[in-house]
Amino acid sequence: MKKEGEIRIPSGCAVSAVISRDGNVMTGENIIKSMLPMHDRSNGLGGGFAGYGIYPEYRDFYAFHIFFDSNDSRVDCERFLKENFEIVKAESVPIRKIPEITDVPYIWRYFVAPFASVLSRLQLDEKTYVARTVMDINTRIKGAYVFSSGKNMGCFKAVGFPEDVGRFYRLEEYEGYSWTAHGRYPTNTPGWWGGAHPFSLLDFSVVHNGEISSYDANRRYIEMFGYKCTLQTDTEVITYIADYLLRRQELSLKETASVIAAPFWSTIDGMDEKEAEEHAFLRKMYSSLLITGPFSIILGFEGGLMALNDRLKLRSMVTAEKDDKVYIASEEAAIRAMEPNAENIYSPAGGEPVIIKVKEGAY
Amino acid sequence: MKIEAKGLDFTALNEMIKSSDGDCEINGCLGQRFIADGLGNGKVVINGIPGNALGAYLNGAEITVRGNAQDAVGDTMNDGKIVIHGSIGDTAGYAMRGGEIYVENNAGYRAGIHMKEYKGKKPVIVIGGRTGSFLGEYQAGGLIIVLGRNSDGKPTVGNFPCTGMHGGKMVIRGSVEDIRFPQQVTLRDATADDMAEIMPFLKNYCNYFDFDINELTEEKFTVITPDSRKPYKQMYVAN
Repeated sequence: MKKEGEIRIPSGCAVSAVISRDGNVMTGENIIKSMLPMHDRSNGLGGGFAGYGIYPEYRDFYAFHIFFDSNDSRVDCERFLKENFEIVKAESVPIRKIPEITDVPYIWRYFVAPFASVLSRLQLDEKTYVARTVMDINTRIKGAYVFSSGKNMGCFKAVGFPEDVGRFYRLEEYEGYSWTAHGRYPTNTPGWWGGAHPFSLLDFSVVHNGEISSYDANRRYIEMFGYKCTLQTDTEVITYIADYLLRRQELSLKETASVIAAPFWSTIDGMDEKEAEEHAFLRKMYSSLLITGPFSIILGFEGGLMALNDRLKLRSMVTAEKDDKVYIASEEAAIRAMEPNAENIYSPAGGEPVIIKVKEGAY
Repeated sequence: MKIEAKGLDFTALNEMIKSSDGDCEINGCLGQRFIADGLGNGKVVINGIPGNALGAYLNGAEITVRGNAQDAVGDTMNDGKIVIHGSIGDTAGYAMRGGEIYVENNAGYRAGIHMKEYKGKKPVIVIGGRTGSFLGEYQAGGLIIVLGRNSDGKPTVGNFPCTGMHGGKMVIRGSVEDIRFPQQVTLRDATADDMAEIMPFLKNYCNYFDFDINELTEEKFTVITPDSRKPYKQMYVAN
C-alpha cells in the first residue's frame, strides 16, 4: 500500500474537547467516552487524542513522540538526537495490545532539551530550533516521524476508531487539565498512523473536521517560512499556520482567527471603523493564510483551547459549560456523554472563535 | 411502548421504533441518527439528544423531542410534524417538501435550505428564537416563520438570509431594520391575509410551548418574498 503523502484520494470526522478553567486534572477516560455517540462520523482509519499537563515531572523538557518503521530508523534518529539534545529519558510509549489496533509501528517517546552550545552556535531560540528539528527528522530520517513535540503535553494517535485508540494508549493512566480528541474519516489520503489527528508542533495541536479548499495556496505560502508539509493532509498546514501566526508573528488568538476565518468584505463594511480597520489589515497582510472550505477545528496550546468554524460554518460545533469545565464537540450528544448535565449549550457562529484559558498559575 | 436507547446503535433503535405499532417513547437517547426516518404514522417522543437527520424523509408521523436536537432535523421530510422543546443545529428542514417543524428556541445555520412546495404540499418551519446565517438559502417554496423570542440580545437572523431565494415566503416577527437582505427579495409589512395564513401555525406554536398568542401577535410581522422583477441574472455568467 502507498503511504500517506504518496497518494491522494479525492471528508467527515468527529472532534471533541474538555478543559478545566481551574486547571483540575482529568484522566483520558471521559474524553474517550465522548467519541462513542459519534462513532459513525469515523470509519476506523484514524483516531487520536492530545492531553495537556500530562507530564508534570518532565515539564521543562520537550516530549517527542515518534513513530519508527523499523529498529534501524530508531537507531538513526537517536544518533541524530544525541548529537544535539540532552535526552533525560527514552522509552517506548506504553500500549495495551488489543485486536482492534493492528500494524503497530515502533512508538517511542523522548524527553529532551537542546544543548545550549548548539543553540548559541546556530543563534536560534529554543523553540525555533526544536521546530526545525521536527521538520528535519520528518523529512530526512527515513522511517521516522515525530508526531508530538511540546512540553508537558502529548499526542496519541493511530489507525483505528478513536475509542479503541484511547484504550490502546492506556489514556486512563494519564491526567491532564485539557484533552482534545478526533475520529477520522479520511477523504484525501489513505489513512496512516502519522496522518491521524491531532497534528502537532511544539505545544500546538489541531483536531479538524472538514476539508479545506485552500490547502495548496496555504501550503505554498507557509513553506516559504521553513515549514514542510509532508503528508498532503490539510490539517498539517493548519497546524503550521497556527504556529507561524501565534509564535512567530505573535498575533493574538483572536487575530489568528480573523486571519484564517476572515469575515467577508461585506461583513467588514458593516463594522465600526476601528474594528473594520483591524480586520481589513489582517486580511490584506495575511491573505494567503485565509482558509477556505469547510472546517471546524479545536486548537490546543499550553494553558488553553480555541474552537473555530470556517466563516460559512460548513461544519457543526457545539460548546457547553459545567462548573470549572468547558466542553466542545461536533455534536451535543458527545458533550452529554461526558457531562449529562452540561449547561449553556451554544453553537458558535462561523468565524467566531471560542477561546478558553486556564487561569494563570493553575497549569 | 417504551424504548431504552442506551447502548443501541441507530439501526437497532430504528427497528424497534418501526416494530412498535404506532406510539413509542424513547428514553436515554444519545446521538443515534436517522430516528423515525420515513415513518408514516404514530407518535414518537424522545427524551435525550437525538442524532443528526432526525425524522429524515418523515412521511406523516409526529415526533416530539424533550430537549435539543442536532443537525439536519426533518431532512427531505414529506409529511408529519416535528416538535422540538429546545434548540436545533444547522440545516433544519433541508430540502423539506411537506409537513411542519416547530422549534421552541433557536436554530443554527441554513434553516430551511432549499425548501420546496408543489400544489397542496407546502412545508412550514416555525422557529421561536433566533437563527444563524443563511436562513432560507435557495428557498424554493414553503413558509419559514421566525419569532425572535430569544433573550440573549443577538439579532433574530444572522448574516446573508434569503441568499438564492426564488420561491416561498418568509415571515419575521419584530424589527428587521438591522438585517441585510439581498436585492433579489422584497419586504413588506404583513397584511391581514398574511396574518390569517400564518395564524394556525402561530397557534400551534403557542399550544406546544405554552405561550400567549396575543403577546406573540402584538409585535409587527414582516413578509419576505422573492422579487420576480429582479431575477438572478448575470450573477455567475453574462446571461
